[in-house]
Amino acid sequence: MNRNIMKLGVVLVVLYVALFAKLNWIQVVDKNSLDSNPLNTAEVRRDFNRPRGTILTADGAVIAQSVANPDTSSEFKRMRVYPEGELFGQTTGYFSFRYGSSGLERQYNDELSGSTFDQQIEGFGDLFVARENIGNVSISLRKDIQETARTQLGNREGSVVALDPRTGAILGSWSWPSYDPNTVSSLDKTIAETSWKMLNAAPGVPMRAHFYQDRYFPGSTFKIVTSGIGLQTGKVTNTEPVYPFTNGYTPEGTNKPIMNFGGETCGGTLPEILRVSCNSSFAQMGAETIGAVDMVAGAGSFGFNATVPIDMPDPVKSVFPTNVGNNQAKLAMSSIGQNDVQATPLEMAMVAGAVANGGVMMKPHFLFEVRNVRGDVVSSYAPSKWLTPMSSSAAATLFDDMVGVAKGGTATGIAIQGCTVGGKTGTAQLGTDPPKSHTWIMGFAGPPGKPPTVAVAVVVLNQSGGSEATGGRIAAPIAKAVLQTALAAQGGC
Amino acid sequence: MTVVIVCAAYVLASLGSDSRIPANIIPFLVAVIALFMGAHFAVRKLAPGADPILLPTVTLLNGLGYVVIAGLNEKLAAAQATWTAIGILGFVLTLWWVKRPRDLERYRYTFALVGIGLLLLPLVPGLGYDAGSGSKIWVKLGPINFQPGEIAKVALAIFFAAYLADQRELIATSQWKIGPLRLPHPKYLGPVLIAWGITLLVMFYQKDLGSSLLFFGLFLVMIWVATQRTSFLVIGGGLFAAGAVFAWRTLDHVKVRVDIWLDPWKTPSGDGYQIIQGMFAMAFGGLTGTGLGRGGDTRIPAAENDFIFAVIAEELGLAGGSLIIVAYLLVIGSGLRIAADTDQVFDKLLATGFTLLLGLQAFIIVAGVLRLLPLTGVALPFISYGGSSLVMNYAILALLLRISDQTSKRAMNRAAAEVAA
Repeated sequence: MNRNIMKLGVVLVVLYVALFAKLNWIQVVDKNSLDSNPLNTAEVRRDFNRPRGTILTADGAVIAQSVANPDTSSEFKRMRVYPEGELFGQTTGYFSFRYGSSGLERQYNDELSGSTFDQQIEGFGDLFVARENIGNVSISLRKDIQETARTQLGNREGSVVALDPRTGAILGSWSWPSYDPNTVSSLDKTIAETSWKMLNAAPGVPMRAHFYQDRYFPGSTFKIVTSGIGLQTGKVTNTEPVYPFTNGYTPEGTNKPIMNFGGETCGGTLPEILRVSCNSSFAQMGAETIGAVDMVAGAGSFGFNATVPIDMPDPVKSVFPTNVGNNQAKLAMSSIGQNDVQATPLEMAMVAGAVANGGVMMKPHFLFEVRNVRGDVVSSYAPSKWLTPMSSSAAATLFDDMVGVAKGGTATGIAIQGCTVGGKTGTAQLGTDPPKSHTWIMGFAGPPGKPPTVAVAVVVLNQSGGSEATGGRIAAPIAKAVLQTALAAQGGC
Repeated sequence: MTVVIVCAAYVLASLGSDSRIPANIIPFLVAVIALFMGAHFAVRKLAPGADPILLPTVTLLNGLGYVVIAGLNEKLAAAQATWTAIGILGFVLTLWWVKRPRDLERYRYTFALVGIGLLLLPLVPGLGYDAGSGSKIWVKLGPINFQPGEIAKVALAIFFAAYLADQRELIATSQWKIGPLRLPHPKYLGPVLIAWGITLLVMFYQKDLGSSLLFFGLFLVMIWVATQRTSFLVIGGGLFAAGAVFAWRTLDHVKVRVDIWLDPWKTPSGDGYQIIQGMFAMAFGGLTGTGLGRGGDTRIPAAENDFIFAVIAEELGLAGGSLIIVAYLLVIGSGLRIAADTDQVFDKLLATGFTLLLGLQAFIIVAGVLRLLPLTGVALPFISYGGSSLVMNYAILALLLRISDQTSKRAMNRAAAEVAA
């Protein structure tokens, strides 16, 4: 019998070695793929019961905070609430034990939960003192600007981005449809799951932060990029070339002309064609004056085809086609922001910002500073350059031209009494029967004689109408109101 | 030594979950020390020659299990502490009461009846119920709820040992030739078929896959050890395989278990949820774990019971999971050595059966959690939350130690006799 008992022992040892091997597989070999599985909420759950910092706007509004769970029998001692609901939903993101986290909650998770290296080092001294080692995150966003944007945009689908061109600090980031992160972050599994399903099925994808995670045809606002490339390469000035007055431009290799809206006739120098947003002239500028190589490289220098270094998760790239070398028609269409050109609202605000900031495009960011519970600053954001698409003189020329568009062109709707304002409208046509378009405006504003302090971009989607005036009529009032609110907060012009 | 480890673990776990040294640390220390010291001295007094490894190992498993449960749910931890006390009391009483294991041999048919009766008890209308796990394995008798299967396991192991100790010679030498095959006589295949039938009954009506696998494995291995005839393993294994395939084809709950095992990712928030969350938890633990009391384990259904291994592997990492595996191997090693050392046939079979019960049950549930086998809900011996299981496992431990003590006593007597001669 003992021989069989021995054999039994050997068999059991083999079985347990198999357990050990599988345990190694799960905990070591397969660890990374399991940890990064989107269904895995392990890290969030760990964080959920720990204290977590508050997120505050520049004007002092609390937009995310942890409060004691009123249900004392719950396994969670704290719950995450978003007092402003949908107003900051796409920026703060959610913090859900069921679905992980997004937005600033994800970006600044370590700071909020107090687990950055600096915070840990500091916390080391507090080992024997009961003190919460969390960080409160202040951001550059303003509640008053958000509210203005929300009121102005109303229930139309679209986005509003406002930023300080001198630092890259984002002052406003509103998109509709938005969502209330309180639902998805609910401790009630049913509420969290139901709202998650509803939000994912809802039209307009409310949980996506459209202002930097969606891209649209920029239409005529892209003519500022084309102009900037022309000025920077020296191929275009305010006096040369003078584009022919015509009602359409026919690129080489095709017999299909690019028509001006309504068949109108336009042409002339850069300031003139910008004021009326002349399609034929800008198509010719991109296709002939500048050429494919400089257009592609220039678009890249403005941030197209590059990942924007914003302090938010998963930004999408704005795109400019790179296969335009042997395709004049495509190059001409792309030069006026049609065809395969697509830009995020954030990108167009940054383009306006670069013009306003002497040709320098700053890294866009939300973070202002992180403070510990005693109020000491743990870390603060230092603005830095991202790209330099234009020399200061090229930028100064374009600056004057954009001011001209706001003074006596398609963007007069953005002008503010007593301030220096520049702008450019856009109407990206989606179809002609019935005419539908994304209507755009981008611009900047500031005290006269000084560098502008606010840059803005607004897009309103799927509006009926297709004329260049449509952008000015629909998007300009929104941009103007947002600029006014931002300027008022800075002390006016 | 293990008492110190358990107390340190408890303090750490409490620090981990709410950054406080537990207020009730003194009573806890006293209780833990008193309980396990009590058990230790009871062994010293009642069974001085017993194996020295088993009790400390089990203390570690039980203590670690308690600490983990306390991190999950304080109410359950209080109940588990009570059950531990009852278990240790039962352990001491068993040691005191059963002076010679052979005394049990006489009541073999009582044990058989009690065992089968308990096993089938949940099938009695009005008594048995399903506590939410999908298995109808609970019985409610007045105010008391218990899992009769846990007691049945022990009773049946005793019966098998007694029956086989008697009949092994006959079974081993019986011949039944069919052509070139030499099988045991059909008369002795009868019990195998009865055991198989009961197993299937448990599987079909109580939907308790783990227990049916455990019973059948126990019976087959014991008959194989007793008779040394491999044909029993082959026939029995074949029968079980046939039964399992049939069950998989015809029973929805079996099919679901197998499907989850093959691919849990098909239904990540439905049937596959538990096993996926278990794997997430273990992966999150990594090499060294998140720390005691710091697991985010409340997501795993039945974390304190079937899935407690996943929680331990999360909180203590690969290190802790391996420690548990090694601890069970120590229990298995000690148990089988006790079986090998004794010269009493009944004791030998009983020790083998008991060791197998502990070792196989731990393997079945850990393998289920690790997705090495289809998941079948059985308790992880000495660790999982649950009174019936804990108390009966302590009874098993007491009987193993008793057998071990008897062996060393006889050896000493022989040595003394030789010296005298």
